[in-house]
Formats: sequence, C-alpha cells, structure tokens
Amino acid sequence: MSLPITALVLCLTLPLLGAIATVAAPRHATPLVTSVAGLMVAVTIGLTSHVAIHGPVVVALGEWAPPLGIQIMADGPAVLFLLVNALVMAAVVLFSLAPIGQPGPRSRLAQTFWPLLLLLWGALNAIFVSRDLFNLYVGLELASLAAVALVAIERKRDTLNAALRYLLFALTGSLLYLLGVVLIYAGHGTLDITLLAGELGMHPTDALAIGAMTAGLAAKTALFPFHVWLPPAHAGAPAPASAVLSALVPKASLYIALRLWLEAAPGAGDAIAVNVLGWLGALAVVHGSIMALRQERLKLVIAYSTVAQIGYLFLVFPLALGAAGAAGSGVADSAWNGTLFQALSHALAKAALFLCAGLILEAAGHDRIARLAGVAQALPVTLFAFGLAAITLMGLPPSGGFMAKYLLVTASLEGGVPGWGLIVLAGGLLAAAYLYRPMASAFRHPDQESAAPFTTVAAWRQAIPLGLAIASLALGILPAVPHELMGGMP
Amino acid sequence: MTATEWLPFTVCAAALIGLGLYGLVTQPLLLRRVIAFNVIGSGIFLLFGALSGSESAGTDSVPQAMIITGIVVALSATALALALVVAHAREGGRDP
Repeated sequence: MSLPITALVLCLTLPLLGAIATVAAPRHATPLVTSVAGLMVAVTIGLTSHVAIHGPVVVALGEWAPPLGIQIMADGPAVLFLLVNALVMAAVVLFSLAPIGQPGPRSRLAQTFWPLLLLLWGALNAIFVSRDLFNLYVGLELASLAAVALVAIERKRDTLNAALRYLLFALTGSLLYLLGVVLIYAGHGTLDITLLAGELGMHPTDALAIGAMTAGLAAKTALFPFHVWLPPAHAGAPAPASAVLSALVPKASLYIALRLWLEAAPGAGDAIAVNVLGWLGALAVVHGSIMALRQERLKLVIAYSTVAQIGYLFLVFPLALGAAGAAGSGVADSAWNGTLFQALSHALAKAALFLCAGLILEAAGHDRIARLAGVAQALPVTLFAFGLAAITLMGLPPSGGFMAKYLLVTASLEGGVPGWGLIVLAGGLLAAAYLYRPMASAFRHPDQESAAPFTTVAAWRQAIPLGLAIASLALGILPAVPHELMGGMP
Repeated sequence: MTATEWLPFTVCAAALIGLGLYGLVTQPLLLRRVIAFNVIGSGIFLLFGALSGSESAGTDSVPQAMIITGIVVALSATALALALVVAHAREGGRDP
C-alpha cells in the first residue's frame, strides 16, 4: 500500500483501535488517548498536504470496484473536514486531560468519555470519506449513538431527558435516511455517489427517496423546526463534549446532504424544494439568534447560536441550485465554497466558545450571564479567545466566518436573489448582539460586597480554546489553500 | 418475481412503516417509542427485501448484506435507547 492510502486507512482505523485499547486498558488511558490524538493530527496533516499537491486519494476496499464494492475517497472538502475534525478532537482531548474537581468519579468519567470521543472521531472520519450511501448510513448511525452517549455521560436527570429526546430525533432521522437509501437502491441498483451522479432524479421514486433522506438529515443537523433537541442536549453535556457535539456532529449530516444534493442529484432539486430548505435556514438564523439573545445561561446562548449558524449552511441549496445557480457556475461555486468556509470556521469557533464556557463554569462555578462580573480579570486569556471566536461567528474580517459570508453574499448578489444575502448580513448583526451580552457582563467590575471568588484555571488549558479561535481566524487570513481544496461546485 | 408475489410484501412493509411512524409520534411512553422505532426498522428491511426481489431474476445478495448490517445497527441503537430509558427511570424521571 502506498503512503497516502495508508494514511487514509489510518484515519478510519486508528480512532477505533484507540477506543478499544482505552476500554481494554483504562489505567493507561491518558497516554493512549494523547498518542492516538497526536498521531491522528500528524496523519491528517500529511493526508491534507498530499491531497493539496497531488489530488484526491481513492481506495476501493478489497480491490472491489463499485457497484459491488465500496469506495472511499479523500478529496479536497473531505480532507478539510478531516483536518478540522482532528484539530477540534485533539483540542478536546488535551482539554479533558486535567482532573477536574474530585479525582475519583472524574477519572472514571474521563475513561468513559475518551472511548466515546474516539468512537465519534472514527465515525465522523468514516462519513467524510465515504462514497456509498449505505456506508454513510452506518457512519451516521455510529456517530449518532456515540453523540447521544456523550450527552448522557453525567447521568443526571436533565441530561438523560435531553439525551432521550436527542436519541428519538436521531433515530427517526436515520430511519428516514435509510428509507431513502432503500428506494434509491431499488431504483438504480447502486448506492455509489459517483455512479449515481446525474442518474438521480430519473426514477419516479427518487423524489420520495431524496425527500425522506433530506428530512432525516435535516432532523439530525437540527435545521429550524427540528432543532428543539439541540439546545438542551448541547448545553447539558460536559463542556468538552458540547464542543464536539456542537462543532462537528451536525456538520456530518449536513455534509451528507451536500454530497447528496449537489453531487449525486444536481438536477433533481426543483425550485420549490430548494427554496423551502433556504427558507427553513433563514428562519433558523432569525429564530436561533433571537432565542440566543433571550437566554440567561452562557452555554445555552452558545447552543442557540449553533441553531442560527446552521441556518446559513442551508442557504447553499437555493443559492447553488435555485435561481442563483442558473445564473452561472461562478455563483454556484461561491455558494458552495462559502458554505464549506462557514461549516469549517463555525466548527473551530464553536468548539473554542464551548471550551471557554467550560473554563468560565469551572472558575465561577456557574454560567449565569448576569453574575459573570469580574471574569475578565480572572480569566483574561479565556475572554480573549472568546472574543476571537466571536469575531468568526459574527463574520467580521479577518476570519473564516467573514470569508463564508463574503462568498455567500456575493453569490446572492450575482445570482440576482439579494434576499438570501440580507439574511446572512442580518444574522451577523444578531450574532454581534447575543455575543456582546456575555462579553459585556464579563468585563464589568464586580461590586465589593457581592464579589465571588474565582478558582484559578491553568494557563495551558486557557490556551487550548485560544488555539482553536486563532485557527478559525487563520481560515480567513490565509484562505487560498482551503479555497483551492474546496474547488467549487462538484 | 411477479407483481403478485412481491406486492403483498411491499404493502405490508408500507403498513409497518406507517404504523411505526404513527406510534413514534403519538405514543407518550418511552418504551413504546423504542418499540415503534423497531417496527419502522422492520418495515424498511422488509421493503428492501421485497423491492430487490422485484427487480432482478435471482436473489440479489447486496440488499441481504445491507439488511443484516441494518439489523445490527438497529439492535445497537435499541440497546442504547433501552439503557437510557432504564437510567432515566432510575433517576426518577418521567416520560418527556
């Protein structure tokens, strides 16, 4: 096997092997997990640079070509997602190294947390490189089960409630997706995305299949009317788990929807369907932002912000496939690249925000926004990271979020549908409003009598969210390489 | 297979999926929702078998492999769901 193929296979197998080893030898969990995380980052960086120089890496498993075999492929968008996944996961592993609070139950928590985290890592990587709709289903289900278990990890009544609600949404979503897979296989006799490209939409059952799959994926991505499970689940989980859940897990189902609509069935989406998806995205931006403005707790603000930010991602459907897409391939390219920039920079920034919220929760003992006065003096580095991540979410230059919004607005203007661009801009203003509240509260000076003591947090742990926030800015400062890798509409 | 052979299976599968979806939406009890989820799953697997039988002359082995994988996935999902329901009941939580 050549080196890039080995790297691609390692991306899938190493996290799973690590998860098994961590369960088998919980005493050695810490060195095991850190070495797996380090290796994975190295392997992913290597694979990304190979794909950037030489083009996609394709592996036909067992040397069986599709339609009988299953192909995995690391193309530009896939390696970008693999890389961001590796960065966020490694940051979360580092973050959860410190024994927080009492050592006994916490270390047990870490030992159940790490196998689940590695399992999720492997499942997400499998989704990013799969080219087979059924293989994607298996990856999606693995990721959902690991994610639900991560929500329920503290076994408190509220988090169990949230986990059960999440599970019901996730399972219904997977079943709808599976129904679509069945119908597509019955109609076309293959599930390989490359073979399906251009074919999808010809068969009479295809509309039903794509509709069911999209509804299922939208429920898993927490698109507007299906988002009710997200805020309690993401706010209830421990901070490192929330970081992964909010940053990466919704992106996996979105990624499948993108592959399905833009790559397998570019001609199948009619104007009404793509506009409905766009409208739901727009409603998500407005509703999520307003709900985020009204929250009392910092983690809930960040969780509702995810609902809003996911809304932008669904604007790609009207922009790339609807009226704007008809205007020319340049518009569709901007919409596609903008959506990927948004997905990647949101992943980095949202992980940074949740880790910051975790540190604030540790230092202050609570995350009520009204009582955060003085946090900025106690945790200056954390607040700096919070501010940098907020810049990305608002879409201010220079950041990955700015690149995303610039490309989306360009696509909407050039495509002659400026309404979608207005939604993007309005979302940025609303993000500034809901992220300003916790910042303002944290920078207030505490009153002499009501000043609560803050526990100190190690500087290296404050540096972890800072690193993620800087990475999300770097996407906007050096956008050429990722832009090259995204390559425009497939 | 002729239409008279595969049609009953397809109708049964559609009925199972519909019943399961109805149960999933209307049943308030968690355990019943988990069962409803399994009913939908069975319906989808039956549909998969019936539709693949209708297309080709012999038996297509790819759907069989996928159905078995799907059953394994559904089994693990059910196991996790039941574990959560039990933990939820132990904590004294009421059905949401």
